[in-house]
Amino acid sequence: MGAPLPCSDPFALSEVRMNLPLSAQLINLCAALLLLIAFAMLSQRRILSLINLYAMQGLMLSISTAIVASYSGQHHLYYSAGLTLLLKVLVLPWILHRLIRRLSVKWDVETMFNIPTTMLIGIGLVVFAFNLAAPISQMAGTVTKSTLGIAMASVLLSFLMMITRSKAIPQVVGFLSMENGLFFAATSATYGMPMVVELGIALDVLVGVFILGIFFFQIREAFDSLDLKHMEKLKDD
Amino acid sequence: MNASALLHQLFQNVLVLLAAPLLLGWVNQCRAWLQNRSGPGVLQPLRNLLKLFHKDAVLAHNASALFRATPYILFACMWLATALVPVIATDMPLSPAVDVIVLVGIFALARVFISLAAMDIGTAFGTLGARREMLVGFLAEPALLMVLFTASTISHSTSLITIVETLAHKQFVLYPSMAFAAVAFVMVLLAENARIPVDNPTTHLELTMIHEAMVLEYSARHLALVEWASALKLLAYTTIGIALFVPWGIAGIGDWAALPGAILLMLLKLVTAGAGLALLETLSAKMRVFRVPEFMGTAFLLAVLGLLTHFLLESGGTA
Repeated sequence: MGAPLPCSDPFALSEVRMNLPLSAQLINLCAALLLLIAFAMLSQRRILSLINLYAMQGLMLSISTAIVASYSGQHHLYYSAGLTLLLKVLVLPWILHRLIRRLSVKWDVETMFNIPTTMLIGIGLVVFAFNLAAPISQMAGTVTKSTLGIAMASVLLSFLMMITRSKAIPQVVGFLSMENGLFFAATSATYGMPMVVELGIALDVLVGVFILGIFFFQIREAFDSLDLKHMEKLKDD
Repeated sequence: MNASALLHQLFQNVLVLLAAPLLLGWVNQCRAWLQNRSGPGVLQPLRNLLKLFHKDAVLAHNASALFRATPYILFACMWLATALVPVIATDMPLSPAVDVIVLVGIFALARVFISLAAMDIGTAFGTLGARREMLVGFLAEPALLMVLFTASTISHSTSLITIVETLAHKQFVLYPSMAFAAVAFVMVLLAENARIPVDNPTTHLELTMIHEAMVLEYSARHLALVEWASALKLLAYTTIGIALFVPWGIAGIGDWAALPGAILLMLLKLVTAGAGLALLETLSAKMRVFRVPEFMGTAFLLAVLGLLTHFLLESGGTA
């Protein structure tokens, strides 16, 4: 008989592809959870839960960055993991919580499409992103290359969230989670950006949230509502 | 087929019959504790069954033979389904004959019969319940199939035995796709077993009922069989979930020494799963019937996402 052919064993294939180290598997798990959270955000009706989900996304991002750092030995990634933890899990959600308390908005029932349609479009975007990322991730030499598709999918999903929501705060959360997706894409494709760039982006995000927070109050002063549809009247015709 | 495997199969069949009402009682007890009530005790569903079996059955005048036969068919379907799931060992003579698609088919068969029986008498509530049950069922079934297909693509087989063998006894691997499948499966479990976000099992308001509205006309031994079948269904779903997502500790083929440990571990998993289910039910509020399609649609999409991530992350660049 001799040695059995590889194809005769149903488990052979799964063993070949499962030779990834445990840390890579953990990163893949984090990536999958990121995508799961992105979908949860897309289907969420309450602003309060949306912000909590954003904090969870930041936590996942921080954990996966720390795992990538320990696996690849790139020490600057530890700093960016810590920065993510501080900024996106603690400071920004805290600011947003304060904002919605001050603005006393808890509900966001209005979406442009109903939620199942949005989710269906989301699935289409995920397929698109996976296809788009496949040739890129084959060229990348990092252990996290297969998560690039998920990173692009979460960028597109956040973009979709910004398009389908009409209120201001969910749009800002969508913007922030898009930044999360981009950060994850950078980590998975090239083990992160240089430290200076990362610090710059973190500062930008922080300042952006402050400015948008001031905008919220101005918008509410002008229109008595946070619905951005009212801003279409500002066009002169 | 050897005698020991046959013995084990018989043992499991008897065990699940007793375990199903106990699991239901445990879930109810946990819910009572979480709501600051003392609760009726874990044995209450068993006591209810005993009481119902001693009563005289009352039938409507226009009840057909289908109405009388349905409790037995329902009970047989659910007992078979529970017997097919590898609960404590993978060495079972019945299981190789069926795979996960047949399992879903058995659930569908039971659903068709209970819905027909509910419409048989011709009362408004029975018809209402049957229609809602079909609505939930036709949305939950594809989601369940997708969850099972995710597990099947990992183990290259639709046989539940092979799936469990692959996940439990091969080298330990994290499957991100199973995270999606697990969330989708919990949603399907809640919908299919008439638990809280979809249906309230303890409601007395007929207009909000789904499953209870269908069995309003049953009494005595018929009702007992229907309720026992519901308990078996809950146990079947819980054991399928355990087999797919936390199969570790199940006894392998011909591994009789591991059996007592496997039984203990299974008991522990069931207790944890029951407490988790009660917690989930206490934390969530019942949703409107018109929200159910959205809930089930989300479950289906999550299961599809599981399949997609499987092809992206777990095929290791061969895609």
